This record gives sequence, C-alpha cells and structure tokens, in this order.
Amino acid sequence: MISVTKLTKRFGLKTILRNLDFQVARGEFVALLGPNGAGKTTFLRILSSLSKPSYGTVKVAGHSLPNESAKVRAKLGVVSHLPLLYPDLTAEENLQFYARMYGLTHYASRITDVLQLIGLEPRRKDLVRTFSRGMQQRLSIGRAILHQPEIILFDEPYTGLDQDASSMLDDLLRSIASHGRTVVMTSHDLIRAESLATRFDVLSRGMITASINKNDLRQNNVLDFYKQALES
Amino acid sequence: MNPSFLKATLAIIHKDLAAEFRSRELLTAMLSFSVLVILIFNFALDLNPDVRQTVTAGVLWTTFAFAGTLGLNRSMAVEKDRGCMDGLLLAPVDRSAIFFGKAISNLAFMLIVEAIVLPLYAFFYNETRIFQWEFIAVLLLGSIGYIAVGTLLSAMTIQTRTREILLPILLFPVVVPVLIASVLASGAIINDMTLPQIMSPLNLLIVYDVIFIAVSFMFFDFIVEE
Repeated sequence: MISVTKLTKRFGLKTILRNLDFQVARGEFVALLGPNGAGKTTFLRILSSLSKPSYGTVKVAGHSLPNESAKVRAKLGVVSHLPLLYPDLTAEENLQFYARMYGLTHYASRITDVLQLIGLEPRRKDLVRTFSRGMQQRLSIGRAILHQPEIILFDEPYTGLDQDASSMLDDLLRSIASHGRTVVMTSHDLIRAESLATRFDVLSRGMITASINKNDLRQNNVLDFYKQALES
Repeated sequence: MNPSFLKATLAIIHKDLAAEFRSRELLTAMLSFSVLVILIFNFALDLNPDVRQTVTAGVLWTTFAFAGTLGLNRSMAVEKDRGCMDGLLLAPVDRSAIFFGKAISNLAFMLIVEAIVLPLYAFFYNETRIFQWEFIAVLLLGSIGYIAVGTLLSAMTIQTRTREILLPILLFPVVVPVLIASVLASGAIINDMTLPQIMSPLNLLIVYDVIFIAVSFMFFDFIVEE
C-alpha cells in the first residue's frame, strides 16, 4: 500500500530525511517510533501529499507522489495532534463540511454512523469549541475516516490526552484497524504503540534504523528494541 | 469546472459564512474599525461641501482597504491556527477551489461592511451621491481586485510568524493600481462626470481584476504547499 524508495527531504541546507526506504503492506498497522526531530512528522506530511519529496520515489495506494496527489488524498485519512476542526461549527457541521470537500453524496447516514462509532452522537449539535481535547481528537478521527479511506496516518494522536481519553482512543484505533485498514502511526508512547501495532519501525537521524514485526519481539518488549535501535 | 471543484468552493463559502455569523469575530472587527476611521476623518477634515466632495472617494477607499486587511488576516488565521488549512489541503480537490472559496467569502464580508458603512458615511458627511449605481459598480470592481490579491497574499503570509505586519506591507504596494483606479473612478462619479470620462480607470480596474484572478488561480497551489 505504501512504497517509499530512497526518499530525501531537504529544507534549505538541512537534510531531514536521507535515502529513506519504507514499505507497508495492506492491513498492516505500523508504529513509527523515534526521538523528537527524527523526521517523523515530515515523513507523514510527504506521505499525505502536504509536502513534496526533494528526491526519491513515493507511492501510496498505487499512485505516485507528488504527480497523482489528488488520487492519493482521496484514499487517505490523516489525524494529527491538531484537530483540523472549526470551533464555531457543530460536530455535525464539521463532518458535513468535510463530506462535501471529499465529494461524498448522501452523507447524512454516514455522518450518523461515524458519530456513533466515535461516541459523539449525543453531542452532534454542540459546537466543537465546547468539546474537551479528547472529544475533539475523537471527532478528528471521525473526520479522517468519514470517506472510508484505505490508509490512515496518525501523527502523535495521544498528544495532550488524559488517561481516560487515551484509553477511548485505544479502543477507537483498534476498531479502525480491525476493519482491515492500513495504518501508520507516529508515537512517543511505546506502551500504547506496542498494544496496537503489528510492526515497529524506528526513524532516527532521517533514516529507518530498525524494523521488527510484533511476533518477532523478544518477550513483546518494544522498549528494549527501541533502545537498541537508537544505540546502533 | 468539474462538479467537485464547484462543490468544494461552495462548501468553503458555506462553512465560512456559517462560522462567521455564529462567532461574528471578523465582521465585528472590520465594522468597528471602519466606523472609527469614518468618525476620525469626520473630525479631522474640514467639512465644507467642496472639501467633502473632494475627499469622499479617498476616505472611503482608505477605510475599506485597512478594514479589509483585518478581515483577510483573520479569515486565513482561522484556517492556520487549528491546522484547518491542512484539512483543506488534504481534500482531493483542485486547490484553486480553496482559493475561490476563501476569496468569495472574504468578498462577501467586505461587501457586508461596505453596505453598512456607506449609509453611515452618507449620514455623517451628508453625501448621498455615493448611492449611484455607477459608484456601487466601482466599489464592487475595486473590492474584487483587492480581495483577489489579498486572499492570495494572506495565504502566503499566514505561514509566517509576523503575518499581521507582513500582509499590509506586501499587499498595499501590489494593490496600489486598484486603489488609484477605484479612487479616480469613484471621485469622478461623485463629481458628476460622464461614463466615457471614467472609462479609463474603469478599464484598469477590470483588467486588474481579470489578471489577478487568473494569477491567483495559477499560483495558489504553489503558494500553499511547503
């Protein structure tokens, strides 16, 4: 579903990603781990067509970037640490707006389904500005899955969430992944990443320095794997 | 124009108007500023009828130009501050639809402000010639040119830390032809000149509007991408 070959991204003289190779098969849930400044967000922005690669080949859902970016965007959902929601619109109005932007027709029932999935059906008529951070993040996920994308990218989805909100988000992510969608998630929360992902990649100094499947982890310890990957 | 382009443009206009009529942040700021400027000019200028006739076009366009920058900044800041610009850019539509949606919303806000300020101006300055259809047509043409450039440049400056300062610095030099042509044409209408006499600034306004709408259509995609 995602194929990245020798990707390099430069901002001026600074190289953020260097000759990065990355492959994700359909239905995989990949946790992209790495320290701050490793290039995780830049990498997800390139995959989502918000930023262009300086060099290298990027293919998402069979379409190459940046040439076929509109086709890629139609098959992609993105959740970042910012909600990408309008505070002066209701939850329902926000989803209606994005439904129109994605060209969905007869979207009323789809919006109801999504609001039920994310547990915000009773608050559908409330302004987003009255929502807690956790509720906004759930609505942000609703926005991302509204058009039933094949691939979902999560960039630090747990940022700023308390324990209860994080647990709800865990359940939501499991539910999304169980529908066979391909997921790439960046996170600093190794314990949460371990409970959700089927593969762990470590991005450090602009390169994927280690990759392992969940089944191959020793005693399911992603922390040891992460430490070794950063030290190597 | 494909259906998704039109749908996306209309969705953005609907969203902007719905959010603004609920929060009233942008219109309140633009209107308060405009009324204050009109009042300050009213006290600052000598109000004999000859002077009034001379300054009307300049006062009005100065007011609309400065109030317009407030609206342009706020309109794009709403998209940037909560990451909503990324939400728009992630939609699988031609990105110029985003430009047209934002530009038409901004134009609607500017026209609403003008529709409220004109009667106030007529009241304070005892000047009713600003309600002629020719004057309104010049106001519309000037506003279109101003908003086309302003929306494009605000999409550029919104990505900087000094956006509030940078927008007027970049916008006013570029929009000078629109302001000069608008002031000339509106002044000529107030001074009862005939249509052939004001064709020169009117033509300039029309050409400027067409060129900048086309330029914005072509370059918006490059401006909003990293």
